[in-house]
Amino acid sequence: MALLQTTGVAPLTAQDLQRTGALSRWISRHAAILILGVLLVFLPTVASDFILVQVFGWGMILGIIALSLMFLGGYGGMVSLAQMTVAGVSGYMITVFGASSLPAISLFWPWWAAAPMAIVIAVAFGALTGALSARTEGIYTIMITLAIAAAFFYLTLQNWPIFNGFAGFTTIPAPIAFGINWKHPVPLYYLILFFAALSYAVVVYISRAPFGLALQGVRDNPRRMEAIGYNVTAHRIAAYAFAALIASIGGILMVWLNNQISPGSTGIEASIDLLIIAVVGGLGHPIGAFVGAFIYVVMRTFALDALVEVGLDGRRFQTLIGLTFLVIVLFSPDGVIGLWRRWSARALSQDRGTRR
Amino acid sequence: MATAFGNEGPADGTGSGDAFGRWIGRHPIWALIIAVVMIFALWLVLAPWPAGFEDVFGKKRLFINAILNGITLGGLYFLVATGFTLIFGLMRNVNLAHGSLYLFGGYMGYEATQWTDSWLFSYVVAFVCCAIVGVAMQFFIFRRMEGQDLRQTLVTLGLSIIFSDLMVWIWGGNAIQIDTPDYLLGPVATPIVVAVKSNGETVFLQYPLVRLAIFAAAVAIGIGMWLALNRTRVGVMVRAGVDDRDMLSVLGYRVQLLFVLVFAFGAGLAGMAGIVGGTFQSLSLGDDSHFLLASLQVVIVGGMGSIPGAALGAIIIGCAEQFGQTYFQNYATVLTFVIMVIVLAIRPQGLLGRR
Repeated sequence: MALLQTTGVAPLTAQDLQRTGALSRWISRHAAILILGVLLVFLPTVASDFILVQVFGWGMILGIIALSLMFLGGYGGMVSLAQMTVAGVSGYMITVFGASSLPAISLFWPWWAAAPMAIVIAVAFGALTGALSARTEGIYTIMITLAIAAAFFYLTLQNWPIFNGFAGFTTIPAPIAFGINWKHPVPLYYLILFFAALSYAVVVYISRAPFGLALQGVRDNPRRMEAIGYNVTAHRIAAYAFAALIASIGGILMVWLNNQISPGSTGIEASIDLLIIAVVGGLGHPIGAFVGAFIYVVMRTFALDALVEVGLDGRRFQTLIGLTFLVIVLFSPDGVIGLWRRWSARALSQDRGTRR
Repeated sequence: MATAFGNEGPADGTGSGDAFGRWIGRHPIWALIIAVVMIFALWLVLAPWPAGFEDVFGKKRLFINAILNGITLGGLYFLVATGFTLIFGLMRNVNLAHGSLYLFGGYMGYEATQWTDSWLFSYVVAFVCCAIVGVAMQFFIFRRMEGQDLRQTLVTLGLSIIFSDLMVWIWGGNAIQIDTPDYLLGPVATPIVVAVKSNGETVFLQYPLVRLAIFAAAVAIGIGMWLALNRTRVGVMVRAGVDDRDMLSVLGYRVQLLFVLVFAFGAGLAGMAGIVGGTFQSLSLGDDSHFLLASLQVVIVGGMGSIPGAALGAIIIGCAEQFGQTYFQNYATVLTFVIMVIVLAIRPQGLLGRR
């Protein structure tokens, strides 16, 4: 922000000085995220394909979808359990309009037609979800969105003409575009990284833009916002639509990464896992979604071996996830981000204390 | 003053019979139309169908079976959803572990039938076990985070994940069926004519006795609960708590005790419903989320915190599900979903709910 504000035309030298000052200040303030970005860009030089795609790629995709939940929950105060469903809608639509192993259902449109179509349908679905749940408030949102998520899950399970029942779709690789085969691990990783960074940046930007500020106002006091002339319901529905846009991108990437989609990938359990990711990471800041997603993916990938290692049944993974979630909710309601903030605040105050 | 538990008349003692009579007096034409429709529906159910009807709706046996299955399934949903709606109404706690309580009760009942061979006794076991779990949840966890809706809901979510994983651990993923007791075994003839044979013999519908018995029990429990809420002192306290629990506690009533009681009762009902479900269908992995979804839909359609609403919603959702499965299998859940959407669009608080 400071950078943008100083791009005037007036005094030159002072302005330049100020600009470099602002830049260095911006860099020092965002050092962590910049270092993380550089590390992620150069990750493919060191990491194996498995780590690259199944841990970081999968984690960032879950992070993107969880980010949409974080946007709704953190800025809008609407904790929606239907975000995984929105991702599932776009994932299913890209297979229905695009390519899959089922010529009876798939329309085999090229990716540049199928992907926008899938996103449009998913955004419409998200806006509809918003329109339904924005009429009620608070805790009802969770119930209605959970009911929507479950209804979609059972629909995909029972419906054969469009969703191919419990079998779902297989063999849906990422397309070949601009001469690059995106289904190879490294291009796929960069594709996911690009969209993860983009959606993160957009959410951070929107949270400070007038729309985001109005949304936070609606979260804190809808009545007052209504009184000063904001259309509360419209803001909520727009937030759902924007969140659906992010989630639908995540959904398409999810299908391209997994090569398949079935009811299980968008089921009730997946929706709940997504909420766990967002809450464990913390709803207070967009980075929380990615932090939660990485914790989840790392646990999912390595907990099985770790559980067996300590002599427990590896299949008790869900219990472990549930317990982690309970501990976070009971002792740090604002998630890992909250823990980190409190910890750094304490470190800072101690630091100041010793200096004085 | 209408309470959250029903739209009965004013509290000064005028019964619902008078209100009904007054309503007819005020809307004679509507009353006539409703009466005609009801008589027609009754004729439709009892008499054999003319040929044209079977072309549209398919076999009458199919149609009637869908209705009866829907209503009896509604009875089961009612048992599950009342606890859910009561707990929400009083404590503002969306108990997402309610489906797990249902499944837990079913499994405990199954164990009880294995040990004692008594189907009726297993209800006691399931009720007590689930009530204990419910009391423990309220006493150790929810009491400490009162007024924090979202946090409580997240806790129930975490609990439901742990519960379901532990239950898979103990009872495995295979479906378990609870045996129907001998005295309720087999079909019973109903006075519903399904078809007339070519030799003039009328065929009556056969229907499983156990389903009818359980539905009767659900109705009895519903009426008993309505009486308890509207005619007893504890019931008055519960209703007052739903309306304004802060005021109730200011007046010196022991709200915490009331919360524990209601949580125990709601959880116990869910547990008993687990046995019903295990006898009707089966108990298996994933039933917890299925019945949680059913409870959610029932209370969204019927109205939060309202017992008559839960009854109405349960019948509607049960019938919608059965009709969907009978007539358009590929889109069966869409039907219940559409009903939910319509209700939310017209009356966001549910059919019998109150803002």
